[in-house]
Amino acid sequence: MITMLERLGRWTMNLVGEMGRMLIFVVSAVAWLFRPPFRVVQIVKQLHFIGYKSTFVVVLTAAFTGMVLALQGYYTLRKFGSEGLLGSAVALSMIRELGPVLAALMVTARAGSAMTAEIGIMRITEQIDALDTMAVNPLQYLIAPKLVAGLIGVPLLVAIFDVVGIYGGHLVGVELLGVNAGSYWNSIASSVEWKDVYGGILKSISFGLIVSWVCTYKGFYTKMSAEGLGTATTEAVVLSSVLILVWDYFLTSVLL
Amino acid sequence: MIKLVGVTKTLGGHPVLRGVDLVIPPRKLTTIIGRSGEGKSVLLKHMIGLMQPDSGEVWVDGMEISRLRGRALNDVRKRFAMLFQGAALFDSLTVFENVAFPLRERLRMKGPEVAGLVEEKLEQVGLAGMGHKFPAELSGGMRKRAGLARALVMQPEIILFDEPTTGLDPLMAKSIHDLIVGMQRKFGFTAVMVSHEIPEIFGISDYVAMLKGGRIALMAEPLEFQRTQDPDIREFISVGGTVSLRVVSPGW
Repeated sequence: MITMLERLGRWTMNLVGEMGRMLIFVVSAVAWLFRPPFRVVQIVKQLHFIGYKSTFVVVLTAAFTGMVLALQGYYTLRKFGSEGLLGSAVALSMIRELGPVLAALMVTARAGSAMTAEIGIMRITEQIDALDTMAVNPLQYLIAPKLVAGLIGVPLLVAIFDVVGIYGGHLVGVELLGVNAGSYWNSIASSVEWKDVYGGILKSISFGLIVSWVCTYKGFYTKMSAEGLGTATTEAVVLSSVLILVWDYFLTSVLL
Repeated sequence: MIKLVGVTKTLGGHPVLRGVDLVIPPRKLTTIIGRSGEGKSVLLKHMIGLMQPDSGEVWVDGMEISRLRGRALNDVRKRFAMLFQGAALFDSLTVFENVAFPLRERLRMKGPEVAGLVEEKLEQVGLAGMGHKFPAELSGGMRKRAGLARALVMQPEIILFDEPTTGLDPLMAKSIHDLIVGMQRKFGFTAVMVSHEIPEIFGISDYVAMLKGGRIALMAEPLEFQRTQDPDIREFISVGGTVSLRVVSPGW
């Protein structure tokens, strides 16, 4: 009984300690962001990596998500004679929910894992220590630009996701299944409100922070072995994905 | 002068340093030897504030640095450079960019001024014309040379060398040693080197210190060190034989 209590206590202490470390990590990185020298070039490089290089996979995912939404939505709405609402169903699903969540998950899989691996290798090969010895703060040089790139890049990718997804829905709904183009676009215009777009943006910003925060943290504190790096990368992807879904629920319940 | 007083450090529940007392004389080459896993690299990292002792003090020219953080610690580090075991070159940057890195980041230097200094250092370490290559395209010895060029480019007062010849063939190891000694004699920086290269280090060091059981068992000039009667130290250094002091030609 005591052993079980001890284990529970140790687990709780470790969890609280880890959460504290994560918080100190992100707060310190953000604080370094406002101290000169300002790392504009690093931020642009990271935006290119997280944002631009994720565009293809995001467009591909968005197109097929929109297409399958239209397909499923059409057969459901047809039962009620409401095919004209297909545009509304696709657009609201994309803007409020699927765009932010799926784009963030794709960024986690493509760029987040790479961030963890990159920083982890830098830790193992003492490149981060080398930065320290040169009096260059690794949080400022390595981490802060990635956080900013996540905060800017993910919302932009979500915007692309939403637009491509809606056009994917149009392709299947209008071009293949014969829904009237006018009613498809009209239903979107009449049903999508500013608060839907605002909610999607808010979600995408917070997801961008989650991905870049968790993935850089896991890489920065990776254990000094190849196995440790593998574990860190897996943990980064799993934790980011779970946190995105959990945070999505809480944010949705607040925004609704 | 670097001075460590009663430094202890436990890593993963295992005591590594158990009260290290050590004085590194200025403008000399001091080599720290010891068995693998004794904590030589850990000791080196305490000198530059990469690790903080559990207890004890680390003094650099009259300033206690073990409790320093942030900007104050960075100010101390500006006097240091370190050559890591694997050179720790940034693999996303070319050799030129690696050597230029501290100039650009710390001194905010730009353009031809940087190019001139970097080319000069690359030439001194025998890497002239190799600036465009990435670290992955270099041999182990060349990476160490590039790391040395990066360490030297800021003209630091103190350079720490963490096993600079590990993984190199004897000829390459000798050339790296010659380079380190040549640069130390030329620029007069304080050098602290962790090495396993016995007996070579007796020929190039001004002082040799042995870390044993988490403490400094002996620190002395090379000839005196080799005359020790401590059976453990004698056994450790006798594996590689002994050498007398020799004159090392500068490596440029």
